[in-house]
Amino acid sequence: MAGELVLLDFWPSPFGMRSRIALAEKGIPYEYREEDLRNKSDLLLQMNPVHKKIPVLIHNGKPVCESVIQVQYIDEVWHDKAPLIPSDPYQRAVARFWVDFIDKKIYELGSKIWKTKGEEQANAKKEFIECLKLLEGELGDKTYFGGESLGYVDVALVPFYSWFYAYEKCGDFSIEAECPKMIAWVKRCMQKESVAKSLPDQEKVYEFILQLKKVFGIE
Amino acid sequence: MGEEVKVFGYWASPYSYRAELALKLKGVSYEYINEDIFGNKSDLLLKYNPVHKKVPVLLHNGKSIVESVVILEYIEETWKHNLYLPQDPYDKATARFWIKFIDEKCFPTLWLAAWSPENEREKVTNEACEYMKTLESALNGKKFFGGETIGMVDIVASSVGYFIRVTQEIMGLNLLSADKFPQLFQWSEDFANCSIVKESLPPRDKLLPFVKGLIAKYQQDNAKA
Repeated sequence: MAGELVLLDFWPSPFGMRSRIALAEKGIPYEYREEDLRNKSDLLLQMNPVHKKIPVLIHNGKPVCESVIQVQYIDEVWHDKAPLIPSDPYQRAVARFWVDFIDKKIYELGSKIWKTKGEEQANAKKEFIECLKLLEGELGDKTYFGGESLGYVDVALVPFYSWFYAYEKCGDFSIEAECPKMIAWVKRCMQKESVAKSLPDQEKVYEFILQLKKVFGIE
Repeated sequence: MGEEVKVFGYWASPYSYRAELALKLKGVSYEYINEDIFGNKSDLLLKYNPVHKKVPVLLHNGKSIVESVVILEYIEETWKHNLYLPQDPYDKATARFWIKFIDEKCFPTLWLAAWSPENEREKVTNEACEYMKTLESALNGKKFFGGETIGMVDIVASSVGYFIRVTQEIMGLNLLSADKFPQLFQWSEDFANCSIVKESLPPRDKLLPFVKGLIAKYQQDNAKA
């Protein structure tokens, strides 16, 4: 069975984590293959010739690229187990909107926080917190964005938690102080095995960022 | 049926156009409200899209849906006839891949190539050509990206097939040319010639001066920066 499903991934990638969580939530066995992004495998280049990026989900030899497309695909193929995306079209549209928002904002702003300094970093931090606050508003009093169970938005957002410590150290601020509801939600998610096992340790990610900063010559 | 369907859009917006084309393909009647997006956005628009404050917004029985691709998926799932996405999950994933590619790579780079200053234009143009070659490969001998009929990828690709072609005419560029990209060029002709598409596209004679003005504005803003 595992031979049917392969995930080409890179351990600190929040995008790869999305697919890991989705597969774990549904209890689907798969083969995880770690890619060395400085030396991409022939398989990766063959399966994602357009972008040459991870994650790539290979199902029965056919590639599905882009994490949000993978999560939707996983949900559609294994629809009877732990559904992630609502069935009502309007609820689906709301979930898609927030995943699109996360994709447009969180990664880029987070990257600016660890890559830049001074005014650029300050602006990125401010906007990052504003975005998290908007997401807190959407969460409201719900246990998860998906309601009583983990949903599409939860799966799309929670991987970034593994980078929060790195953002906080680089940006010298506390995300929990500014967005306590967000951290409370994260902690609920981390109690789920599917999430806890899919996210790397935050300190490891911070060390990785420090390495990247050295490589890119970022002070 | 007593359904209330409204589109808040802008007549020249390629994103707004997608929402309208999708509704027309499904034969859904709707009320169109043109927003003055460069001047004064209406209170309703700001109410229905508080996060991005942009068009298009689809209003269906009082509920608002925003972001053109989210709107397209909603329309497909709500009016389940004249389907424009494949049913098979893998084919659907492939369609979504090309939609993302158009919106994240193709379209923005082509637009950039249109107004970039001279010294940057060649690099951006080369990048745009690479993306168009890749997009052309997605056609794979088919008439439309959706096969024999217009699919969701075609709806999204209208940004390239029509709006970018108009832009190129203004700038005297020839990126999407018949000799460089014969399949893609043929597709854009076939697409624009479909009756539903033809009658709903913003008229060329109105669009040309508008895009000319917009490019001038982008170039001005860029020169100041």
